[in-house]
Amino acid sequence: MKKNWTKFLVVALSVMMVFAMTACGGGSSDGGDDAAEGGAGVLHLGGTGPLTGPAALYGNAVKNGAELAVNEINAANPDGLQLSWDMQDDEHDAEKAVNAYNKLVDDGMQVLIGSVTTAPCTAVAAEAYANRTFVLTPSASGPAVTDGNDNVFQLCFSDPNQGIASAEYIKNNYADKTVGVIYNNADNYSSGIFDKFKSEYESDGKQLAAVEAFSDDANADFTAQLNSMKNAGVDLIFLPIYYTPASNIMTQAAKMGYAPTYFGVDGMDGILDLEGFDTNLAEGVLLLTPFTPYSEDAKVQEFVKAYEDAYGETPIQFAADAYDCVYTIYDAFQKTGLGADASMDEICEALIGVFTGGDFTSSGLTAESMSWNAAGEVDKTPKVCVIEDGKYVEK
Amino acid sequence: MAERLFKNIGSRGLKGAVKGSEYRKEAFISYGILLIGYILLQLGAMTGLIGRNLQGQFVPICVYVSLAISLNLVVGISGELSLGHAGFMAVGAFTGILVAKILERSMSINPLILIIAIIAAALTASIAGFIIGIPILGLRGDYLAIVTLAFGEIVRNFMNVLYFGFDSNGKLRFAFNHTIEGVDTSDRIITGAIGATGVTKMASFTAAALLTAFTLFVVLNLKNSKQGRAIMSIRDNRIAGESIGLEVRKYKLMAFVVSAALAGMAGCMFGLNYSTLAPVKFNFNTSVLILVFVVLGGIGNIWGGMIAAALLTVLPEALRQFADYRMLTYAIVLIVVMICTYNPTIKARVGLFVDKFKPKKKKSGKGKTGKEAA
Repeated sequence: MKKNWTKFLVVALSVMMVFAMTACGGGSSDGGDDAAEGGAGVLHLGGTGPLTGPAALYGNAVKNGAELAVNEINAANPDGLQLSWDMQDDEHDAEKAVNAYNKLVDDGMQVLIGSVTTAPCTAVAAEAYANRTFVLTPSASGPAVTDGNDNVFQLCFSDPNQGIASAEYIKNNYADKTVGVIYNNADNYSSGIFDKFKSEYESDGKQLAAVEAFSDDANADFTAQLNSMKNAGVDLIFLPIYYTPASNIMTQAAKMGYAPTYFGVDGMDGILDLEGFDTNLAEGVLLLTPFTPYSEDAKVQEFVKAYEDAYGETPIQFAADAYDCVYTIYDAFQKTGLGADASMDEICEALIGVFTGGDFTSSGLTAESMSWNAAGEVDKTPKVCVIEDGKYVEK
Repeated sequence: MAERLFKNIGSRGLKGAVKGSEYRKEAFISYGILLIGYILLQLGAMTGLIGRNLQGQFVPICVYVSLAISLNLVVGISGELSLGHAGFMAVGAFTGILVAKILERSMSINPLILIIAIIAAALTASIAGFIIGIPILGLRGDYLAIVTLAFGEIVRNFMNVLYFGFDSNGKLRFAFNHTIEGVDTSDRIITGAIGATGVTKMASFTAAALLTAFTLFVVLNLKNSKQGRAIMSIRDNRIAGESIGLEVRKYKLMAFVVSAALAGMAGCMFGLNYSTLAPVKFNFNTSVLILVFVVLGGIGNIWGGMIAAALLTVLPEALRQFADYRMLTYAIVLIVVMICTYNPTIKARVGLFVDKFKPKKKKSGKGKTGKEAA
């Protein structure tokens, strides 16, 4: 029987190792506040997003964008409220995102900016709801994120609201055009936008001339859909889809000698960088996007320059969203009148009060005077850009 | 290479099962790890020594430990390489969520719902295991690995186009398209690639630990039964097994289906631990991860797999302090452990070290040291 004791020793050691490792993880983080201790204390912001894996582009943009804002705020007012920023990797995975969130809570996070992508954010939102953490996500646009969670707010348009905003814009500015839609019915993002677009567009008697769908397995050949558009006399096609299939549509339409106006949503962002795509075809494409680095707005120019200096690349929409998130939280927190030593749930309830109080607005790179409803959705003026000479130009 | 590996471990494993004392030892250690782990973690959580980060991983740890045990039944005991374990997990997870969602409308006792959901998950996963098992168990080695891999991908892609929702009468409807007839978009409960959202968290550490104990009970008892010995003898020498009248297919199928059912149960526990679950979670990587637990713990070594699963689940989180180098560190640790576990020199060293502490009783053979190193 004694033999077993050695084995038990091995086992016990293994278990102890786990403990030791986690203890290390918890201990070292206390020293992680890089912000100088100011007179008004430090507010700890945390975030989760994909820093590794295929979606890492988005997570890193958010990490950098928020970091830039935090550094600006800390430098601008060294004696006032300081911020600290800790972004943890969630690998675009719900399970890892919950782990990352828990780690942030262990480390004393007070407000969460994130998660970056919808599925992880949905999982984190449920945990944060139960644990009373205030959540402002820069970019998780799915409706499930805010559904039933009074503590979760979106800085980006939710998918359905993008559809509504697009429909309104088209109705107001292109009233005389015949409108058709090609969308991806196998994709929730696309079909979510389309559903609302259709109901909003047709709300006052207008009709969509043609609606065609495709799915992920058949996104190369659009001849049938384009013929249907052409036959219906469509001269403006709404494309609530990602840029890769959109590029196919444009290429094939050009081959057919069909030249409608295209209107895209934020998924269209990126079409100019697509390899092998003749960007001339994208000339005149309209798209609803909250941010373009080519904007002439002085604030945006300043941000783009600072971002390029710090990280050596041009910021994308996600970076701007995160930047705005930090300023929004900063402004809202000042309004609560709480000190930086307030607990996570105190801050949560106070911030919910500010956000839904009705008189709180925030202006940033992505919009002027954003406000929020109790459901957590943002209300802001959509920005529409047009592609001219291979660049986004604000309309 | 792989076959030789199985054969080596095989002969040892068979001996182990035949000898009653070996079985008792294995059971003693396995249950012991589970019990001690459970008590320590529970105490740590109660005294506040363990933070939220690790507490949040209690359920996933139990789930992965269960998965490692059940995969060991196929890989270690039955000697077939399966790369589709995540597929069964997916079947169980989505069945469990669906059942829980339906029951929630009329019941409010969550533990009861959890139990029913787990039973349903075991049923569907075993049906899936049975259907896939019949045609493929005639295949051997690499061919079986490829087909199970394909199965896992098929399940995931199937889930990607599967939609469930309640219509206005509260009747469950499904479709393979994002618009389900008669169902409002907000009443959908499983929506294709987005997966399930708004799942009530029903899993708890105790429930998950009980599930692990159940998995352990099933696998250890099967291993030590007449059927288990038949399964192992077929693994070690198929022709010899056939010559004494063992039905190869029947026994292989038995191991495969039991393993699938257990994976489905673990998947259900996993699914009911998060508010959202997308099919992409059950991709090839997850199958490989579970296989890594089994290989790292020693193929056929149940408790080795348990420890490997627990450590490798916690490791990526423990490495968060390395920030940008986290994934790199994880890979290095994995490689080092793999090399050390299977390196004969290191194994011999560890063996010598361990032998020092052993009572004078005659040395119990060479092949053993792998286990200690694990």
